[in-house]
Amino acid sequence: MQTLLFGLGAIVGGVGGIVILYWLLNKLVEQLPANWEERLKPYVFIGPPLTLLGVFLLWPAVRTIYLSFFDARAAQFVGLDNYVRMFTTERYLESLVNSLIWILIVPALSVVLGLFVAVLADRLKPTAEKVVKSVIFMPMAIALVAAGTTFMFIYAWAPPGTDQYGLLNAIWTGLGGEPQRWLSMDTAKLNTILLTLVLVWLQAGFAMVLLSAAIKNVPEDTLEAARIDGATEVQIFFRVVVPQIATTIMVLLTTITIFVLKTFDVVWVTTGGRFGTDFLPVTFFRELVVVRDQGMAATVIVVILVATIPIMIYNVKQYRKQEAMA
Amino acid sequence: MSAASAANTEQDTEALDQAGAAPSDKPKRSKGRVIINAVLLALCLFWLVPVIGLLISSFRPREEVLGTGWWTVIANPLAFTQQVTLENYVEVFEAGMGPAFINSFVIAVPSTVIPILGAAFAAYAFSWMRFPGREALFILVIMLLVVPLQVAFVPLLRMFVGMGIQGTFLSIWLAHSTFGMPLAVYLLRNYIGSLPREVVESAKVDGASHFQVFWRLILPLSVPALAAFVIFQFLWTWNDFLVATIFLRPRPLTVELVQLVSQYGAEWHLLMAGSFVTMVVPLIVFFTMQRFFVRGMTAGSVKG
Repeated sequence: MQTLLFGLGAIVGGVGGIVILYWLLNKLVEQLPANWEERLKPYVFIGPPLTLLGVFLLWPAVRTIYLSFFDARAAQFVGLDNYVRMFTTERYLESLVNSLIWILIVPALSVVLGLFVAVLADRLKPTAEKVVKSVIFMPMAIALVAAGTTFMFIYAWAPPGTDQYGLLNAIWTGLGGEPQRWLSMDTAKLNTILLTLVLVWLQAGFAMVLLSAAIKNVPEDTLEAARIDGATEVQIFFRVVVPQIATTIMVLLTTITIFVLKTFDVVWVTTGGRFGTDFLPVTFFRELVVVRDQGMAATVIVVILVATIPIMIYNVKQYRKQEAMA
Repeated sequence: MSAASAANTEQDTEALDQAGAAPSDKPKRSKGRVIINAVLLALCLFWLVPVIGLLISSFRPREEVLGTGWWTVIANPLAFTQQVTLENYVEVFEAGMGPAFINSFVIAVPSTVIPILGAAFAAYAFSWMRFPGREALFILVIMLLVVPLQVAFVPLLRMFVGMGIQGTFLSIWLAHSTFGMPLAVYLLRNYIGSLPREVVESAKVDGASHFQVFWRLILPLSVPALAAFVIFQFLWTWNDFLVATIFLRPRPLTVELVQLVSQYGAEWHLLMAGSFVTMVVPLIVFFTMQRFFVRGMTAGSVKG
């Protein structure tokens, strides 16, 4: 009850506070001579959100880069030691390799599946199309830790000879196999791949929604022209539709890659990074919370940050292009 | 899911149909049609299986969950109706999910509401005001859009300790408001920037100040974009585990669920009930607001 009142107070106080803040700042600059008012007002508008970003995101980010050159307690300067450790110790290298698997599988598979559903569902009757899309999109609303728990149940193991209540083992034993502890099997990275599927289950719907919108935006006359030229449906899809939705595909690949690089929940709740399933966001969390090595945690996240730089540059270029066209 | 909610799904997903999309000509090749229907049906089933299994298991007693696969109840629904129990839910609520439910709301609602007004002001300035640094600052926002939020964690923890708010709701509201800000500014700028120039300019000619234009014109016109962001941010903060487990002492549902997993291991009847408790609010938000959600997403990412 107390918590609830507290939350209510926060909403009223938070929102009211912001309204008052803006109103006051606005009144303040209105007292100034007109030319100063015009000059300062934009900064009043962008001020509060950019202050928040500066103080609680940008400045800490810079501090983190700095801390990555320090020891576990952030007391002793150690130069590049953390980075050397990262790229020479086996468990960190494994984490790097697994991260590569995650960013190779999840974005590509989500986009392919999303595209597949978007194209096929487009041919259904409107009602059926809506239902199909809702079903595929629904996991987007589910918490990653809940999705992880759900899939852990699907991959569950019971001793041989007893009834397999885990779906995968039920199918597997039904086919004549021995029940397996799927999430501890890192042969051929099987467990990591099984875990990536959880994220594909969550992200394919996101890809589908954007791709479906993009496909419906493809001008009908370009399709018609290709049909008159005698192109088959498959040819039309790859030569006419795909080039016109290429930007959307790129947006999706980059967005999902970024998402994968910061998403540790699924692995944390299922294996905790054991059995060779460690990957960078999990390593970061463990270094910070379990090992309590602040320098190493900072190093891991800086490595992730560096990996996002190409995407950052690409996004900025895309933005410039759009602005130039507008 | 019940028939009632299935019906609900149908009417609320109109959103998934893009407005103004011409119905593509549907070739009447019946054989191809059957194949398409079959493939999509299979895919939908595949997608629903995890949730169906979860839901069924959450209502079965422990011995049953560990005795036979949940799918066996489909062959024998009558037996299932006799074993259905709410005991699992009672147990997880007593294990801490009751208070956690409230904590989740207390995290998510202010974290959603607080950043939105500031973001809208900034989006307006970025769209309709000229000032030195405008371009550079907006590019900064675009860059921050992809920065993994963990990059702020280590210094932020120390900062919150220094401010004396470590572990409190205030610290997590600040964290979530900040982490959601780049997306909020970006989404809203895309929307507010695409409003017709004449509307804004005619209001200025009539002598309205920027402040008035913003309150009386832009904010009401931006309701669809604001709604989209509200849904995004609410789902994100409700479903978040990472920020909550690091910055907050009271436990929300996600943290409580992970606690259940590490405490009970293979007590699947409890874990499935706990998972569903975690999911139920986001699913309701999703199915009732899907229309705005989809519109916001497409507005944010696909331009032109």
